This record gives sequence, C-alpha cells and structure tokens, in this order.
Amino acid sequence: MKTVKVLSSLLLVFVIGALSISADKLAVDGYDIGDIATDFKLKNIDGKMVSLADYKNAKGYIVIFTCNTCPYAVAYEDRIIALDKKYKEKGYPVIAIMPNNPKSKPGDAYEAMQKRAKVKGFTFPYLMDEGQKIYPQYGAKKTPHVYILEKTKKGNEVKYIGAIDDNYQDADAVEVRYAEDAVDALLEGKEVPETKTRAIGCSIKI
Amino acid sequence: MLLAASLFVSCGDKVSSKERQQSSVEVEDNQSNYALDVYNFEGFESFLSRKDDKTYVINFWATWCAPCIKELPYFEIVNKKYSGNNVEVILVSLDFPKQYEKKLIPFIEKKKLESKVIALDDPKMNDWIPKIDEDWSGAIPATIIYNKDKSQFYERSFNLEELENELKQFITL
Repeated sequence: MKTVKVLSSLLLVFVIGALSISADKLAVDGYDIGDIATDFKLKNIDGKMVSLADYKNAKGYIVIFTCNTCPYAVAYEDRIIALDKKYKEKGYPVIAIMPNNPKSKPGDAYEAMQKRAKVKGFTFPYLMDEGQKIYPQYGAKKTPHVYILEKTKKGNEVKYIGAIDDNYQDADAVEVRYAEDAVDALLEGKEVPETKTRAIGCSIKI
Repeated sequence: MLLAASLFVSCGDKVSSKERQQSSVEVEDNQSNYALDVYNFEGFESFLSRKDDKTYVINFWATWCAPCIKELPYFEIVNKKYSGNNVEVILVSLDFPKQYEKKLIPFIEKKKLESKVIALDDPKMNDWIPKIDEDWSGAIPATIIYNKDKSQFYERSFNLEELENELKQFITL
C-alpha cells in the first residue's frame, strides 16, 4: 500500500513536472536560434508570388514581420529601407511580411500595403501572410519582429531574433544596431554577438 | 519571478540619475491641468516590487494599441470593484513621448480613467523588458498581477471574466 502511495505521488510529481515543461514550451513556440526556418510562397504588393528560394544568390535573409498600422513599425520604416539598401547587395535582402488579419485591421489590407510601400518607396518585397500561416511557424509575436536567416546546407538557419536596434524613438540616438551587427558577423563568418533581443511592439492581429 | 535580481542593480549611479527617474508633463489649456507622471525604467521599477498588503494589477498599454483600448474598461471595473479587497490597478502607458499632450492626456480625460495612469519612457527596451518578464516578447497588451506573496505575468488580452478569474487567485474575497 505504502509503495503504491509513494509511486502515485512520484507519478504526480512527474505529471506536474511534465505539465510545467509543456507550459514553458508554449511560451517559446516558434523558432529558436539554430532552427531551420520554413520557406513560403506569399503574394507581394506587385501581385507576384515570392519565396526565399527565388533568391538564388542570397547568402541569407532579413525577414521582418511588419505592418502599416503599428506606430513602432512605422517608426522603423526608414531604417528597414536602409537595411535593405545596405545588405541586399551583400547577399542579405530584406523580406517584409505583413502578418495581421486585414479583416481586424483594415489599414493593413493589401491595397493599403501597396499604397504605403509606394509612398515610402520600399525597396524590398512586402508580402501578405494570407491566411496567417507563416508568422505562427516563425513564432512572431508582434510588429516589427526580425528574423535573420543564414542559407546553409541544412536550410535557412535562424541566427537572430528580435529588434532592429536599441532605440525606437530616435534613429540618431541608437547605440547598438542589433540586426546590422548580426548580418555583419554572418558575412564575416563570425558568431552573432547578440542572438535575441526584445522591444515593445504591437501584438499581431488575428 | 519578478526582478529579484534587478532590485539590486544600478545602485551605483542612483544619485546622478535620480533626476531622470521621474518627470511630469502638464497640459495647460482652458479645460485641462492634468499632470502625467513619466518614469524611466529605473524610476518605474519600484511599482513592480511593493511589499505592502495590496495586490497590484499593472497593465502595459498605449492609446494606439487597439486590443489594449478594448480591455481597458475591464481594468477600470476591476479597480473599482475590488478596491475593498486591497486591489490597485496601475495603467502604464507606452505611448510615444511626443504623443503625451496630443493623445494620451486627452484620452485619459475623455475616458475619465479612474485607475492610476503613469507613462514609462525608456527606449532601452532590450534592457528592461526581460526584467519585467524573461518570456515577454515585448508585444502589448501585457499585464502583471502581483502581491507580496506571488507574481504572474500575462502576454495576452483579457475579457472581464478572465481578468477577474486571474485576480481571484491573488485575493481573499
């Protein structure tokens, strides 16, 4: 009888342990550093479908989940254009994906994306995550949310997740350019100095 | 979970940065003389670690965040309904500083918010977001409920029932 009691309480401990592990897992769903990121086929603002695999000469990608309507995303538009201009030729183009459901956020509808891209002169594809199937696989939680991928033999490996830099308010007051530092390190074959960073953003609208 | 370590950091330059810790924005026009308290993270930290008998509901929001605005009335209700249970709601605005006078203060006045509203203005987000919670991606709305015994962080939206159910785990009715 006693053994049964001990066993069942052990089992309980185990079950509780397993439960809390799955709760932890839930909090970090999506990709972690070192994971292989999925490719996609999403509609660009010019009507064409875009996949990572289309970029035969790319060494990697700066995938940014962003949108029209989030003030933080808007605050970073010029810096996203600058990133693309600086790194496209070096083999790391920016691929922007709009993850919101336009039914919940009409300002992020396809036509609104086209308009915004034109006004700002986006130099990179701005893709609609139609059906919202891609952002959950990446684990994007907000806009803007950056994933830097390196093209490897295994696939597109996640090397950096997080913010563009350390000052959303003032581009001139930026001290650390996380995304640039990550790409620079990858281009030099070095380890990314800071692989995960945090910033406030707008939750993705479902 | 909250801040046990960060309570001890940055004691070194406390005096020199004291002036920066809190400031105040006042709107003075014909109708308004609202004074908004604005904190950097160092100044704000004490709101997260009070050891009195109250249960604190700290909600991170902004006027531009639609799901935040949607759930704001529930926080207002909770603040009123449970004040007798020693519950205090603090609404922490993450609006851009240049919007304080144009948007935030008019919003607070128009909605007649009764919960305490403060503004957190600290662009070094990668430093302070993990101090609030290691798992927080930075998306808002986000909420902390805590008292001197326990603390829970939520990166999600609430309806009234969900918010009350969470709160009831912290108070004795």
